[in-house]
Amino acid sequence: MEGMTIKQRLQALLRTLYFPIMAIIASLLVGSIVILFTSKSNPFVAYGHMFQGGFGTKRSFDATLTKAIPLMFTALSFSIAKRSGIINLGAQGQFTAGAISATAVGIYLTGLPAAIHLPLTLLAGFIGGSLFGFITAALKVKFGASELIVTIMLNYIAALLAAYFVTGPMLEQLPPYYPQSPAIPKTARLGSFIPGLNVHTGLLIVLGGVFLYYFYLWKTTSGFRMRVVGLNPTAGEYAGMSVARSTILSLFLAGGLAGLGGAVEIIAVQGRLMITSFSESFGFTGIAVALLGNLNPLGIVFSGILFGGISAGSLRMEVLTRDVNASVAEVIQALIILFIAGRMMFQIKRRRKMTTAADPDVQDDVLAEDTEGADTPLPEPAIEKAGDQA
Amino acid sequence: MNELANFLSTAIRLATPTLLAGLGIVFSERAGIVNIGTEGLMLIGALSGVMGSLLTGNVWLGALIAIIVTVAFAAVFAFFTVIIKADQTVIGTGMNLLASGLTITVNRAVFGANTSPPKIDTFRTTPIPLLSKIPYLGEIFFRHPVPIYLAFLLVPIAQFMMFRSNTGLKVRSVGENPKACDTVGINVTRTRFLAILYSGVMAGFAGAFVSMGQLSFFTEGMIAGGGFIALAAVVFGNYTPLGVMIASLVFGASNALMFRLQALSTGIPSQFPLMIPYIITIFSLCLVSRKSNKPAGSAIPYIKE
Repeated sequence: MEGMTIKQRLQALLRTLYFPIMAIIASLLVGSIVILFTSKSNPFVAYGHMFQGGFGTKRSFDATLTKAIPLMFTALSFSIAKRSGIINLGAQGQFTAGAISATAVGIYLTGLPAAIHLPLTLLAGFIGGSLFGFITAALKVKFGASELIVTIMLNYIAALLAAYFVTGPMLEQLPPYYPQSPAIPKTARLGSFIPGLNVHTGLLIVLGGVFLYYFYLWKTTSGFRMRVVGLNPTAGEYAGMSVARSTILSLFLAGGLAGLGGAVEIIAVQGRLMITSFSESFGFTGIAVALLGNLNPLGIVFSGILFGGISAGSLRMEVLTRDVNASVAEVIQALIILFIAGRMMFQIKRRRKMTTAADPDVQDDVLAEDTEGADTPLPEPAIEKAGDQA
Repeated sequence: MNELANFLSTAIRLATPTLLAGLGIVFSERAGIVNIGTEGLMLIGALSGVMGSLLTGNVWLGALIAIIVTVAFAAVFAFFTVIIKADQTVIGTGMNLLASGLTITVNRAVFGANTSPPKIDTFRTTPIPLLSKIPYLGEIFFRHPVPIYLAFLLVPIAQFMMFRSNTGLKVRSVGENPKACDTVGINVTRTRFLAILYSGVMAGFAGAFVSMGQLSFFTEGMIAGGGFIALAAVVFGNYTPLGVMIASLVFGASNALMFRLQALSTGIPSQFPLMIPYIITIFSLCLVSRKSNKPAGSAIPYIKE
């Protein structure tokens, strides 16, 4: 970036932001059609309430940041796996697993000082999530089982496990016996760190996670290997890099990050494990956050805050319009995924030809495209199979 | 013996949505498309089927509406993956989230959040004359709603189409080597697009069968992984219609076992039987993934040079 004039920098920034902005505009437009068909409200009035509820006041921005924290964790989870060529659709399950194990350490290992109890609880969350990530990786490496379906099946299993724990072993033994665990003791809780705001120290943890994501992938050899394998597994193998190792490590870290997010959500926001703890789709929204942020560390932070705002603002929209359901937010998030993944539809043809050659940003974009081609994970011997079934 | 007949009959009934959706996916998979969004398509089919049945008063018209609506959404998936050439998994995930959000929004706008579901026309059991009178076999095979007979009759037809017809050859070649197909004049884009639309027809019908054949109403998120399990059935069935049928029956039996265990008051917490279908699905993938007929061009967009 050095040696660029301010004008060049601005142009580069605009280029980076062009697709995300187009995707957001297109999503809001299609979303407004949904609002028109399913309610009597004016879509723009509804969006106004949503924006107010997400970013309008200091208090609403506070709520937005709180909502953004778990999404940034799951976005990091998706991103680190994707960078090594793995599609992790299991952040929801890993998040849940982390929440369960953190709750266990939180409510059973009592009598410790906070300086020990709190780190242990967070560690438990990380391990719980990474265990789920590891299972996925092990089945993929050992049996070739596609991570797509395995992670999704594990999401359902994790949700059932959580339901089992809050109605069984962890059930708070107090009438009226709500399906929930006892409250997490003070020694394992995260509190707010800015006077007058509710946003909790989990924000610092997730920002630390974002920094480590950047540092690991771009500043360490191991991270470099992971990215090479992600871009081109065959080339990675030729260069002596192990695809299996990269798969296991990336899913272990991805699961751990999502699990840490689950732990933070429980000990900072919800206060206990409940049957309703995972009614929001943290995992899949995290995928949208990661894609909108182009798997880029800063991108994840900004799109995390945007999605936190949509999520916080949608509640205000539902209350104030009375007939626009908050689930419209989910529709908009889904549309953002479609328009970001299909961003080539916004490509202006002529400009593309002119810029591809010398522009480092576009080059980077091309690389990102390549990662997407790496879905078929391990190179398979793929010859002459069409006929052999007949 | 009666117990067993009952169990097998339930297994067949529970296998049907997987089979219907799987018979569609097997063609799009062979054409080189991984449609993770099938789950969402089935959800859309389930809701639009119920709405159609309520509107027309006829379950078959409801199913037809379900199919039309679902195909429209399948076309969106096809547009993004085949025309725009975006990542199939990501678009599929987006479609699932879209279906989840849209069905909740529409369901609440149409039916309200907490009212009891209205009565609609559903697929009723239609015993086949004479055959249903055969002891045991009659109960297992010939006392079902019509879509179940259709699903199983479709298996040999699909098998024939896949391996003995021109269409099937085209579909398989496009998945295996799109570039070669292009050279000999097979339209890769059109073949893939149509394969996705066909899988949309089947996903829509499968969804409509869940909400109107197994139940008689729509609930939010009611497919509960059924679309993903259908996808797994195609992998487990090694990408042939016959294999999909066998895989569906295995999954159907695991579902029937789940219900049986739940009803038996064994003292096992209810969540564990509910995990069985998901665990069996993971096991099945581990069993077959190494030696499979997965097409070489799977999940790779075809870009003409």
